[in-house]
Amino acid sequence: MSDTTLGKTGTGKSALLSAETMQKAVAFVVLIALIAFFSAFASNFATGANMVGIMQATAVNGVLGVAVTFVIISGGIDLSVGTMMTLTAVMAGIILTNLGMPLPIGIIGAILSGALMGAISGATIAKLKIPPFIATLGMMQIARGLALVFSGAKPIYFNDTPNYGLLSPESSISMLIPGIEIPNGVMIMFIVAIIASIVLNRTIIGRMIFALGSNEEAARLSGINVDRWKILTYAICGGICGIAGLIVSSRLNSAQPALGLGYELDAIAAAVIGGTSLAGGRGTVIGTIIGAFIMSVLTNGLRVMGVLEEWKIVVTGVIIIVAVFIDIVLRKRA
Amino acid sequence: MSDKGEPNARRPVVEMLGIEKSFPGVRALNNVRFDLYPGEVHALMGENGAGKSTLMKILTGVYQPDAGEIRVDAAPVALPGPNAAQALGISIIHQELFLMNHLSAAQNIFIGREPRKGFGIFVDEDQMKRDAAAIFQRMKVNIPPGAEVGHMTVARQQLVEIAKALSYNARVLIMDEPTSALNETEVEHLFTVIDDLKAHGVGIVYITHKMDEVKRIADRVTVMRDGQYIDTLPAATTPMSTIIQLMVGRELADQHRATGHGTEEEVLRVTGLCRGTAIRDVSFSLRRGEILGFAGLMGAGRTEVARAVFGADPIDRGTIHVRGQERRIATPADAVAEGIAYLSEDRKHFGLVTGMSVRDNITMASWYRYISGRFFMRDAVMDGVAKEYVEKLRVKTPSVGQITRLLSGGNQQKVVIGKWLLRDCDILMFDEPTRGIDVGAKAEIYRLLEQLAAQGKAIIVISSELPEVLRLSHRIAVMCEGRITGELDGRTATQEEIMTLATQRNAAAA
Repeated sequence: MSDTTLGKTGTGKSALLSAETMQKAVAFVVLIALIAFFSAFASNFATGANMVGIMQATAVNGVLGVAVTFVIISGGIDLSVGTMMTLTAVMAGIILTNLGMPLPIGIIGAILSGALMGAISGATIAKLKIPPFIATLGMMQIARGLALVFSGAKPIYFNDTPNYGLLSPESSISMLIPGIEIPNGVMIMFIVAIIASIVLNRTIIGRMIFALGSNEEAARLSGINVDRWKILTYAICGGICGIAGLIVSSRLNSAQPALGLGYELDAIAAAVIGGTSLAGGRGTVIGTIIGAFIMSVLTNGLRVMGVLEEWKIVVTGVIIIVAVFIDIVLRKRA
Repeated sequence: MSDKGEPNARRPVVEMLGIEKSFPGVRALNNVRFDLYPGEVHALMGENGAGKSTLMKILTGVYQPDAGEIRVDAAPVALPGPNAAQALGISIIHQELFLMNHLSAAQNIFIGREPRKGFGIFVDEDQMKRDAAAIFQRMKVNIPPGAEVGHMTVARQQLVEIAKALSYNARVLIMDEPTSALNETEVEHLFTVIDDLKAHGVGIVYITHKMDEVKRIADRVTVMRDGQYIDTLPAATTPMSTIIQLMVGRELADQHRATGHGTEEEVLRVTGLCRGTAIRDVSFSLRRGEILGFAGLMGAGRTEVARAVFGADPIDRGTIHVRGQERRIATPADAVAEGIAYLSEDRKHFGLVTGMSVRDNITMASWYRYISGRFFMRDAVMDGVAKEYVEKLRVKTPSVGQITRLLSGGNQQKVVIGKWLLRDCDILMFDEPTRGIDVGAKAEIYRLLEQLAAQGKAIIVISSELPEVLRLSHRIAVMCEGRITGELDGRTATQEEIMTLATQRNAAAA
């Protein structure tokens, strides 16, 4: 009897593992195929300048995607990542331009203000038992409104902070290794992704996030202070939104208070395309980064090919549905 | 209501003959028969899992029997679905009511078949209310047809369900433990409604665990046990003790019984625990090295007590002393800090994070111990610890990295036990410790519990299986309707004694 049990569980495990890795593999193959397709059929696609453009466009969505991946794995959702990004950019603008403080304070201020807003969302969800969708929908509007209020509804420029461009458009790596023009914003995205990956897989925080997303009640009944970890999860998400806020405002050399709406959907889409389950308990940072690249390659490629802007949006929608469908098919087989 | 007062009223309205039903791995019904006459209340009794619900699901078309015949008015019928049963006038009032809270009584009664007006486009609300009022009048109850169901008491909601059944011209009404949520007055009122239905020739199948109710309203009693038909007896003249004997029936002479007893050292004392109607003034104590069994029928409040002690649900009143000190336990985290663990019967939802590995589940309650540099998990150390417990508890798993969803029930239970042992919990509350576990693994879990007690753990076992309670318990607390109705010595208690206490309404503690 024990033999059959072992046999059964053995095959079950390998099937499950392959489903997990296959989703990522499929996403990666799709990304490569898209790049090959556009390189072949869009003459201006495979140029250095265009590649840099794609990477820059990916940086913001990639970082926001990583932020929301934390929350989605924990079994929640955060609709406020886009407008929180804007609010943190405005905070950086106020600290650097209006108050004239040094750059490191601006960076810390942006990240902390994001973490604080995230913690407030988390507390609303954990303590007041408001569903994450509603709580963060409210926070989305609050952050959007505060960004307009704090900035006086006008862009804040970073002309007094000459080094601000270091956060995104400039490429420090090209000074070390000439020819590799990867913008700093993209490097920051990769660093955020690596740290996030380590946090999710190697630390107590990540372990708690997966436990919450897999079975919150069992975690609670194991004596875990579920509320505290939930609040921390949303705070981390908010903090990472602060990093995205720095990147986007550096690229534009200004904090644009009207920006941000719609970014949350792109971020969630990147996570979902990368195999993060909206049911919680499952997801990877690398998948989300691949998802973000798929979206920007697609958007950029279609634009280079001369496809109407409007159609791009339609295609993005189709991609999300296809990605989730592939995920369901792979799960079922497992 | 066609049979009302007619001479052939002594012909059964429903007969079930030779009913067989199997589910994968379980023979739920084995050659069961049952009949019901018009104007009769026929009580159906048996322990949890005796097959009562399965039999009634077949009668209402929810399940299809593997073999056997169902006759209505002496004619064989097929019941391919609930609608077919309803069309023949067979209705069921579930323990859990299925009403739409935001609709009125009348709307609930006529849902899906509302009277129409204006070329069938509009619902004729007035007609509907008049029809509902007529049914209520026949039942001699006073419920405004326009009242919203969500604002009514459970007792009145139940009357709405009965009215709904009658609106289908029900001739057979199945009531599944209808009094479980009612107070004394409401029960009396329900009984007068039932008497009235009887007088109108409606046959009633009455599922209950309560002896006094059987005596009060039933004409006949059918006892089932382990999926088998046992006997049908007149309710008025059969002694309760006979019915209980038939319900528990099986011989335990050759069964292993608990022999030891705990130490004198009291580790847990619960006094005057109350929560709504689920837990009513429950007090008990537990000693080191002791296995205390909690027996009772489903819904007696045993799980509720364990969850309250564990801080999983809030309590209204009561104190908890752990090792002589009064402790406030408001959350599971508080309980775990006191070394109290609760092992739910529903391991998949409340015990394990099934998507995570054996290692992560065993170490989950102790993760804080395996952190280096404030954040990093010492996975290699946890692997070693988990392996140790996998070996000690003999969990059959290819590795500690295995996802727990893929383990068998018995091995999942061992993983949960390992989690609490690693966390140094020495007060372990097991809720149905062998539910969903096959026979071989059961014996292993029993031995494990005995070993744990011998090692000085204090153990509570909640079980609906009497042989299991008697097999394990040094002492047995029996609950009924939120109260502890008696305490028995596990070495000498009999199934009959337990059943008597478990079916005792409002009895004072023995």
